[in-house]
Amino acid sequence: MSAQAAPPLEKAPRRKAPSAALYEVVVPLLATALAFLVWEVICRSFKVPGYLVPAPSDIWKDTMAIGPTVFGHTMATLKTVLMGFAVSILISLPLAVLLTASPAIASAVYPFLVWTQSIPKVALAPILVVVLGSNELPRIVITVLVAFFPLVISSATGLMSVPPELIELSKACKASKWAELWRIRLPYAIPFIFAGLKVSISLAVVGAVVAEFVNADAGLGFLIVTSTAFFKVPVAFGALIILSLIGVVLFQLVVIAERVFFPWSSGNTLVAS
Amino acid sequence: MIELDRVTRIFNSRDGDQITALEDVSLSIAANEFITLVGPSGCGKSTLLRIVAGLILPTAGTASIGDVPVTEPRSETGIVFQAPTLLPWASVMENVLLPLRMMRKMDSGSTDKAAALLKLVGLVGFEGKSPRELSGGMQQRVAICRALVHEPDILLMDEPFGALDALTREEMTMELLRIWGEQPKTVLFVTHSITEAVMLADRVVVMSPRPGRIAEIIDVKSARPRSFHVEGNTEFHDASRRIRELIFGQKHVSASRTAA
Repeated sequence: MSAQAAPPLEKAPRRKAPSAALYEVVVPLLATALAFLVWEVICRSFKVPGYLVPAPSDIWKDTMAIGPTVFGHTMATLKTVLMGFAVSILISLPLAVLLTASPAIASAVYPFLVWTQSIPKVALAPILVVVLGSNELPRIVITVLVAFFPLVISSATGLMSVPPELIELSKACKASKWAELWRIRLPYAIPFIFAGLKVSISLAVVGAVVAEFVNADAGLGFLIVTSTAFFKVPVAFGALIILSLIGVVLFQLVVIAERVFFPWSSGNTLVAS
Repeated sequence: MIELDRVTRIFNSRDGDQITALEDVSLSIAANEFITLVGPSGCGKSTLLRIVAGLILPTAGTASIGDVPVTEPRSETGIVFQAPTLLPWASVMENVLLPLRMMRKMDSGSTDKAAALLKLVGLVGFEGKSPRELSGGMQQRVAICRALVHEPDILLMDEPFGALDALTREEMTMELLRIWGEQPKTVLFVTHSITEAVMLADRVVVMSPRPGRIAEIIDVKSARPRSFHVEGNTEFHDASRRIRELIFGQKHVSASRTAA
């Protein structure tokens, strides 16, 4: 919040700045391509056996050979990730509101939250399969358990980050708790909620794969387990690369959603905290 | 208009101590009077303001507005804080309208009313701007509009210009006098600046700390409308000197006492 608007810049000869797209898209892509190239060269020149570290070309070849199957597994994983993410949001936001509503509720609920986080999810997964059955449900539950916690915490932090003066203003207006939440607290929490969403979407991918390791007949986690069992290491690597791509793409979608729907939010967390 | 009758407020600190923020404060404020509260930090100025606002209740004594005891916030009071605390996601216009929306008092004339207020503070053409695009002084002008939009009869200001640079601060002082001239209200204005207090006030309430009490109430007789010329008047000098004596003189007295 500067006191004065910036003075108009003199028409000094400025070096033409390279466009943002160059740094944001072209450079990372080039770096990635270079990394794959180095990988390929090392594998070939040192004759690394394909069942240890396959060359990128072999990964591509073997994965594409069963392309439709891999696509099916990808869709299965994507479905688990997105459903788990959606349920995480549906649980986390009301929970964050509840946590910040009263200290009594907070002290009652917090131990349970911490408890769910202290349980190793990998250990819980087989038990959940027994309890919930061998279907999609335990996978989504695992995904939610892995993904929801950071979202609750950052949303609750956001809801509490409102300047006390604005809460006083709201009280002075005799506004209802609902109006205070809707018009002041929630919008203030948006940058924090998105910070939580970014962590949460990345964790959802992890959660889905953990669940698929334990119980699945489809999905990229399942594909990795089965293909390594048969020493089809290139396919496992292929699945791994697709998983990381899913993670990156979903993360970027959250970033874009924030920029499009809440343009004032991006970069606002620093100001707010 | 505002009656404070032996108002005492005690806070419980975390370690169990009791802190008397205000003790036996009695003050009577007439309608459309401009009162400034000056005093060192911790003398309960802001507490007094919040009691009048109905945001906190006195431990003993009563605060009443128009013979009605203040037990909760009343909708005919406007508040301006030290920080503008505008909503960063909303336009200037939406920020001004916020109290009406929160009170569910929006009607067809609300936008016109807000636009008229923005015109009054010299922010025509900024309605659609984001608060981020405004300077600190402009943001505080918007906050003043926000405090006036529901047509309050009492305006409470808690060091509203405290965060502004010295030049903007003087400019805003004159602006406030002009606004008050056009829209007379009962104003309770907390400040750390003696010049500001004397320049604005009909009466300056000087407070002393620990516990917060009224040390003296000083009438400022300078004629209105006032301008920077007032600072050359003897009335202005006398009032300023008396306030300095009350605030800093006491310190010297207590200092020599401890020395002896």
